[in-house]
Amino acid sequence: MNRTSAPTAADGFTVHCESLAVGYGRHTIVDGINLRLHAGDLMVLIGANGSGKSTLLKTLAGVLPALSGSVSVLSRAPGATPKRAAYLPQHPESSHTLPLRSCDVVAMGRYAHLGLLRRQSAADRAAVSQAIERSGVGGFAQLPLRELSGGQQQRTHLAQVLAREADVLLLDEPTAGLDLNGKAALASIVAAERSRGVTVVLATHDLNDAASANSVLLLAQRVVAVGPPAQALTDDNVRECFGFTQPH
Amino acid sequence: MTWAANPFVDPFAANEFMRHALLGSVLVALVCAVTGTYVVLRGLSFVGDALAHGVVPGIATALLLGASGVLGAAVGAAVMMGAVSLISRKSRLSSDTSIGLAFVGMLALGVIITSRSRSFVGNITQIMFGELLGVSVSALWWQFAALVAVGSAAFVAHRPFVLMSIDDGLARTSGFSVTFFHSLMLGLVGVTVVASFQSVGSLLVLGMLVAPAASGALVARRVSTMMLVAAVYGTLASYLGLLASYHYDLAAGGSIVLVSVVLFGLTALAARLFGRPDNPEVPHQHEHRH
Repeated sequence: MNRTSAPTAADGFTVHCESLAVGYGRHTIVDGINLRLHAGDLMVLIGANGSGKSTLLKTLAGVLPALSGSVSVLSRAPGATPKRAAYLPQHPESSHTLPLRSCDVVAMGRYAHLGLLRRQSAADRAAVSQAIERSGVGGFAQLPLRELSGGQQQRTHLAQVLAREADVLLLDEPTAGLDLNGKAALASIVAAERSRGVTVVLATHDLNDAASANSVLLLAQRVVAVGPPAQALTDDNVRECFGFTQPH
Repeated sequence: MTWAANPFVDPFAANEFMRHALLGSVLVALVCAVTGTYVVLRGLSFVGDALAHGVVPGIATALLLGASGVLGAAVGAAVMMGAVSLISRKSRLSSDTSIGLAFVGMLALGVIITSRSRSFVGNITQIMFGELLGVSVSALWWQFAALVAVGSAAFVAHRPFVLMSIDDGLARTSGFSVTFFHSLMLGLVGVTVVASFQSVGSLLVLGMLVAPAASGALVARRVSTMMLVAAVYGTLASYLGLLASYHYDLAAGGSIVLVSVVLFGLTALAARLFGRPDNPEVPHQHEHRH
């Protein structure tokens, strides 16, 4: 299977939101989100727990419906292009009880391409082994998930996302549980993906993760600031972002 | 009681009803191994329990009207699944609470229906605890058909089922409809329960659904191995349970389910005693995770 070259969306944007409101059911968590991302962009979503980062990522992934406004990923509705957009959920639940080896979990990243019944091709296997190597999973690829540390599980799930060879990566707290080596490895993976033209949207509460971003979006159940890190990450904005009190 | 020359084979060699019972319970074990694997992975044991009880009023009504028990069970299971998904969607209560209420409601309905008929006491016992030693050849064929149907569906839906056992969002973003495959999984549980109730009874089928698969989850490193272990455990429990039932005059369905629960206990104990993480980064088994 050939890799698609750098994605070219009809409107030139890989991720496009206009006046987007996200939330659960009738409960809006953040509204007025405007995003215009190009191929190769890294947007970092910054905020405390409950600020709306994960809700926005789930909306971009197509897991949650948009409450109002418009949103498109690769010029399609979110979730409509599973082969070209990959989503890393936060703390995948119950995974530690599953009888799955790390390499099996990585191989699941190809399911979007394989559908229900198609057998793995040589290209699929190559994508999986490459993802295993890049994420540093090789040393424990044959171990079951339940025997892995939190950081090793996180690397496994990251490798699964990479195995999809998508054009848009939606990563919810990918550095959670990673040590310094793991964080450095993730940063270089993100850089390599961007140089291939992949758009990365990454949620974090660690300001260090935003250093190399084109743009950051500071969230506190509303949009606090959006723009290049140098402009958006002012002391006032950061204080406002993390100093908010839960209104509910 | 006289002991046969070979107490492990002769009960089956000498009695057709024992051969039918063994075949029936092995078919239950196999269909439960397939469905139970996904039920355990997805944490749906409680739904299985609810369905297993929900079929009771369906069967009771069918028998009261002189219709087929299997048909009544299917209707009961369908109503129960509808009730569960409706309550958990509309209610602010957790799914567990909703399912528990639907479950006890259906069971109460079953008791009320049976109370309408004096001659029903024998039947309700059969519904809940099975009539394995009187299983008919046509029932065996139905069970075989259910095994083929469940096995085929699981073969096709294996990938979304495994994705969903990690995270629903992962299945959704891989291009699989979570609503559809979740409903399919509930449907498989329904078919399994309906196909198995004549052998081990609607109350005991849950043991066959969960215990062998849970044993498999303890020892297996792959989902396919887990299913295989579940099938072997279920088959072993069928044989040992029937053997005990024959020699000591015990209830057949209960013996089989008790053996599979005991096998699970022994496996859990062995896994705890002998299981060791061969991973240098995880020094202790009880690692603190968030």
